[in-house]
Amino acid sequence: MAKDNLLGGSLWDAYSNKVTTLMNNPQHQGEIFEAEAQERGNKLIVADFGAESCGDAVRLYWEIDPKTDIIVDSKFKSFGCGTAIASSDVMTQLCIGKTVQEAVKITNIDVEFALRDDPDTPAVPPQKMHCSVMAYDVIKKAAGLYMGVDAESFEEEIIVCECARVSLSTLQEVIRLNDLTTIEQITDYTKAGGFCKSCIKPGGHEQREYYLVDILADTRREMDEEKMKAAADAGGSASFEDMTLVQQIKAIDAEIDESIRQFLVMDGGDMEVIDVKTSDEYIDVYIRYLGACNGCASSSTGTLYAIESTLKEKLSKKIRVLPI
Amino acid sequence: MQVYLDNNATTMVDPLVVEAMLPFFSEIYGNPNSLHKIGTASHPAISKAIDQVYTALNAADADDIVFTSCATESNNWVLQSMYIDHVLNGDKNHIVTTEVEHPSILSTCKFLEEQGVKVTYLPVNEQGVVEAHTVKSFITDKTALVSIMWASNETGMINPIAEIGEICKEKGVPFHSDAVQAVGKIPVDLQSLHVDFISMSAHKFHGPKGVGALYIRNSQALSPLMHGGEHMGGRRSGTLNVAGIVGMGKAIELATANIEEAAAKIRAKRDRLEDAILELNDTFVVGDRDNRTPNTILISIKGVEGEGMLWDLNNGQIGASTGSACASEDLEANTVMLAIGADNELAHTGIRLSLSRFTTDAEIDYTITHFKDAVKRLRAISSSFAIQKPTAGGEVQECELHHH
Repeated sequence: MAKDNLLGGSLWDAYSNKVTTLMNNPQHQGEIFEAEAQERGNKLIVADFGAESCGDAVRLYWEIDPKTDIIVDSKFKSFGCGTAIASSDVMTQLCIGKTVQEAVKITNIDVEFALRDDPDTPAVPPQKMHCSVMAYDVIKKAAGLYMGVDAESFEEEIIVCECARVSLSTLQEVIRLNDLTTIEQITDYTKAGGFCKSCIKPGGHEQREYYLVDILADTRREMDEEKMKAAADAGGSASFEDMTLVQQIKAIDAEIDESIRQFLVMDGGDMEVIDVKTSDEYIDVYIRYLGACNGCASSSTGTLYAIESTLKEKLSKKIRVLPI
Repeated sequence: MQVYLDNNATTMVDPLVVEAMLPFFSEIYGNPNSLHKIGTASHPAISKAIDQVYTALNAADADDIVFTSCATESNNWVLQSMYIDHVLNGDKNHIVTTEVEHPSILSTCKFLEEQGVKVTYLPVNEQGVVEAHTVKSFITDKTALVSIMWASNETGMINPIAEIGEICKEKGVPFHSDAVQAVGKIPVDLQSLHVDFISMSAHKFHGPKGVGALYIRNSQALSPLMHGGEHMGGRRSGTLNVAGIVGMGKAIELATANIEEAAAKIRAKRDRLEDAILELNDTFVVGDRDNRTPNTILISIKGVEGEGMLWDLNNGQIGASTGSACASEDLEANTVMLAIGADNELAHTGIRLSLSRFTTDAEIDYTITHFKDAVKRLRAISSSFAIQKPTAGGEVQECELHHH
């Protein structure tokens, strides 16, 4: 909340001109019929995603040249708001001329990007992002149908949000692709959690197998671990300095777990990392001794030296360990 | 032509109301609580406004009608002060309300639930109406307040206020009604039935924004929400919104003088519009016309998403409203639409058209044409009316919307 949020009701003002133009006059709205496609020696694939009772539904038509797998024509039908219609229109535009294998790589990001007037300004406000996610879902479904891949196996069909029919894999992918950090963002992008809310966290009106809070936490943790691993693979100290504070603390914790803590615990003590402060010259790691370590003579000499040299060797030469 | 059919959201200020208000900005601007003539100069106009409001509602002289800033304040006042007086400082712990109240009731109830109050949210029937017997069955000896809207902002459906009032009187439980959508639209006679508190807002009946009122039967006790300089007999502090009060008085007088006649005129236009739209196949309107505020239509159009419809109407210079989740800032499906049910479709396809006494026959004609054109265009795009069936395996199971 701040000055910019005081006045509501400007949803439509945040649409790009392209969204407005395509909503008013969609270019690829319509149907392709089985008989027409056959006449031209092509294969027709028609896939639905969403339903009127969900609030959003799209039907995607692909006319495919079976010899080349190229989508020679594509149309859509949509029950949806302006951004859903505009997203569907751009989606079909993006599909035409691509092979099915290429088309399946189109993501909601591509669709939303294609709707922008200029590359740096989003085409729609955040709560409307879900419209392009639907385009992404229906493409995958159509591709699955054409490639003879069972929809169940092509997509991981664990539905986390029944209201919006959002699967676990979609959620994980959308969180990763868009670097989402909050439940609100997940709802904006996928609609998951936007209706009955029982999939957000335990305690709703219906017990669920998966909850958005857990999926978000798990996915973020995996992303962090991957980032750290990538940083470590990229080579030692330089990348430690590029990490975020949280990543640095996690890296230090991991190192302490691996090579230091066991020795402290053997002597009835322990330690914890309080803070990390980076200056031009040093990376100061503030620690607190616990248990027997607290007040032990060696904690400011030998033990401290051992901790510091281990972290210096494994993470960064600039590290200084300061007990408080 | 520009057509405003969102009069349940707010209304145009009647030019006669503006005229009545104008002297109280730069000419008669003194504080009515001052002792000098410059302050007291506004007293005749304020007294007149008070008379106009009491007359319009047939309130008794022993009752209080306290001016507030809006109906949201009036609703908050009743709920929060009943909590303070009868839950915190009494032996009650329960409020009865409905699922279809305005957010100023529902959010306040949610807030009070967080403070430990038990709240019963009564369901409505398929007409969108609260049935009096359900109210009766949920009142307990711990009930501090029953709060039930007079008429619905979304559907226009009118609740059996007289019947509920009798039940509350018999049970000895205070009864509040959010009458925002009733005052000025249908007769509200406070001596013909029993209600302890009603909330109202001037901008819903062609008065200015920023002024409303709370009716308090027989001047009964209710802790103030706004503490301060003992204005309005100590019931609601804050320097009087003189121009607003004068405007509200004039507006309620204009809206309630010959209300039956005025309502009949609006109803005729409304019914003509409703009949014309219902000529379209696969449409339905919520609620019996005879038990609805005369200006309101809530219509569901199969295959046409509400925000898309609003968009096309807007392109045709027509302002309407939708409960569609897509049109809300938070993607929340409208609770009223969900409560009425109607196969969940209403939550996505409901369009509300609300007329006023300023709506003309020419505007109705224009709207009928544009409305039908918009439905035609959007149904041509809609997947709900597509002919070619999906490839085997490409179908979607019906979405089941879970809700409370």
